[in-house]
Amino acid sequence: MNTLIASAAPLIQAYVEEGEKVDFSDGGALAAGAWLIPLVPMVVAFVIALFGKYLPRKGGGLAVLTMGFLAAYGTLLFLANLGTGITYEGAVEIAQIGSMTVEWGWMVDGLSIMMYAVVGVVGFLVFVYALGYMEGDVRYTAFFASFILFAGGMLVLVSAPNLIQLIVGWELVGVSSYLLIGHYWEEHENSSAAIKAFLVNKVADVGLFVGAIVLAMSVGSFRFNDILDAVAAHDTTLAAVGFWGGLAIFIGAMGKSGQFPFHVWLPDAMAGPTPVSALMHAATMVTAGIYLVGRMFPFYLDAEIGGQVRSVIIIIGALTLFLTGLIALVQNDIKRVLAYSTLSQLGYMMAAMGAGAYTAGLFHLFTHAFFKALLFLGAGSVIHAVHSNNMSDMGGLRKYMPKTHWTFVIASLALAGIFPLSGFWSKDEILAGFEEASHAFPIAEGGGTLATFVLVIAIGGAFVTAFYMARAVALTFYGEFKGHGEPHESPNVMTYPLIGLAVFSVVVGWINIPGLTEFFFEGINARFQAVAGLHATSLNFVVAFIGLAVALAGGYLGWRLFAPDKPTQQERDTFRIPVLYPLLEHKYYIDDLYMDGIVRPIRGPIARFANWFNGSVLDFVVNGTGLLAAAAAKIVYGFDQKGLDAAINAGAASAGGAGGLLRNLQTGRVQQYAGGRFVGALVIVAGFVILG
Amino acid sequence: MIVNQFLLIGAVLFSLGLYGVLVRRNAVLILLSVELMLAAVNINLVAFSAALQDEAAGGQVFALFVITVAAAEVGIGLAIVLLIFRNRHSANVDEMDLMKL
Repeated sequence: MNTLIASAAPLIQAYVEEGEKVDFSDGGALAAGAWLIPLVPMVVAFVIALFGKYLPRKGGGLAVLTMGFLAAYGTLLFLANLGTGITYEGAVEIAQIGSMTVEWGWMVDGLSIMMYAVVGVVGFLVFVYALGYMEGDVRYTAFFASFILFAGGMLVLVSAPNLIQLIVGWELVGVSSYLLIGHYWEEHENSSAAIKAFLVNKVADVGLFVGAIVLAMSVGSFRFNDILDAVAAHDTTLAAVGFWGGLAIFIGAMGKSGQFPFHVWLPDAMAGPTPVSALMHAATMVTAGIYLVGRMFPFYLDAEIGGQVRSVIIIIGALTLFLTGLIALVQNDIKRVLAYSTLSQLGYMMAAMGAGAYTAGLFHLFTHAFFKALLFLGAGSVIHAVHSNNMSDMGGLRKYMPKTHWTFVIASLALAGIFPLSGFWSKDEILAGFEEASHAFPIAEGGGTLATFVLVIAIGGAFVTAFYMARAVALTFYGEFKGHGEPHESPNVMTYPLIGLAVFSVVVGWINIPGLTEFFFEGINARFQAVAGLHATSLNFVVAFIGLAVALAGGYLGWRLFAPDKPTQQERDTFRIPVLYPLLEHKYYIDDLYMDGIVRPIRGPIARFANWFNGSVLDFVVNGTGLLAAAAAKIVYGFDQKGLDAAINAGAASAGGAGGLLRNLQTGRVQQYAGGRFVGALVIVAGFVILG
Repeated sequence: MIVNQFLLIGAVLFSLGLYGVLVRRNAVLILLSVELMLAAVNINLVAFSAALQDEAAGGQVFALFVITVAAAEVGIGLAIVLLIFRNRHSANVDEMDLMKL
């Protein structure tokens, strides 16, 4: 038994607030039992994979129950954390490699509790929805097994108190996303999308591995606590590798969170079933990168250690938020519009982290999870009804699908950042964070200018966001129905999760209204108080007003151009700006660049080499073996015919000869035998007598 | 005590028995000749036992055993001969050659 409780004692850190020492609670049994959170879904995933076919509802029911448990546990922790900040870390030692200890642990603090709650609650609603959406699917059980593995992998990642476990969760999420994106693998396009997602992530993962190893080697431990302690102590070894190590970790985060230029996998990941897209874009997978930067935040905040990386983070985030937002303007596939919108929002989060607005970035992650899951589930409901992903096959659906329509509109408004829905508060906090950073960006010279520039881009992004959401709503739910058949509202099992998420999309923003409510801020900042970064304590009216006005303007323009009662096809066509439109339609040619610049030049020679190897080397070996076997057979045949047969014949002949001689003795005359016996006895007696 | 006369009788009896076994064709007579040979052996056993003054009288006891075994042997042998005679209407041993090719 090498399972030793390494640090089951709660790690309670105190911080000083205005001269007053504030203690954290250890969360009691609730936190001590939080090891269940990552473990239960992992176990259930295997139970469903092995025995799912024999369970009621083919394993779907068990999966939903599990997610219900996680949602309840996450919510309980979240509520407990609102009272007194919880800081707890439990760990079990599982291996010792040199001076490094490998532990399996569970971290219970503001950041991970927020993720537990989001994954649990959003996951639960998405799973309920999936019960209806996946009804009748051929691989229903396999779907739920991989889906719960997906959620479980994310929880392993989130609960990780060290980089090793984080990487384990990271890879679990990667592999289960591969399974889920390729769920409909019968079509080659879908399996290619799965491979693309996996490979792009793998490329970025190299960064994570390198970063993890560099940091762990310089600190001497994989544990986040030890790394952050070294940051707090201004460790010089860590400072020496701070920039490159931090950059490597950030590259890993870029891959999972779809930051430019690793964003290409996320839109293609739409090949998976819609519930997968909903969970992937809301709570799991893409939030992993933001979470990782959040977990390492003090590292990036310290100007002497990882601070320089923040310039890179903010630039990458800003590029992502603007460039991918523009692509969303020209997409026809409704899920792709939402996918590019996710990328754009992830850009906001990442840029906010880069600017030092820790609370803002994570708050946007939190609110975004609800309304983006809702948007995807709404899109799934629409796709379920019209059997097409293309908005050109939709239109006018508000008459047929009122529930889907209203929830989709609420989510779109939240995403566009319209007061007083959740998106307004989180986006406003991000914009306020940029504004504050422009005065006090605490890194190198020019940081303030950079932050101002990013603020302008982010406001532009808000315009774009509102524009493409107005376009999506107009094309999908208004005007004339352009598809085939009679669309119908989805069953209750699908619409109730939509309504639930719609309620959340409206209200979750209210837990962090600047100057009024601080629940989210206090919860999320447990342990990080001393380095909480920028946080708006009062509403920045100028920024909020500009942001809202720009969003309204974008929404209005989008509505004007695509709204149904003005069939302005001509007006839309004139909107196609000559150079920009093709550029956007081809996604800046980045996918083509990767395909022609990287994949084909590598794949071609590999394919040619494999072909040559197959034709020349493998065939040579196979043919050679064949010829060798034939030659050997010839020798064996000769030996068999001449050597073995001769020996056997000779044996038989000698036996026959001996038999022929001996048969003369067998006369059949009893007296002859008796005489022989007497003579024999005489000989023996004579022998005895003579020899003594 | 001189055993020569007993040994001489035993040798004569044995030779007669051997002659009968080798020469006679009738199975019954062959069996009788075998009895003669056994009797010769018995005489030798008793004679040597007496000459050596064996207190346990091993020779005599052994002779009794031989007589018993001989009786059993003749019983079985005559039964076999009887069956052969019934099946083949002859007791001539030269005609019992079914196992010869």
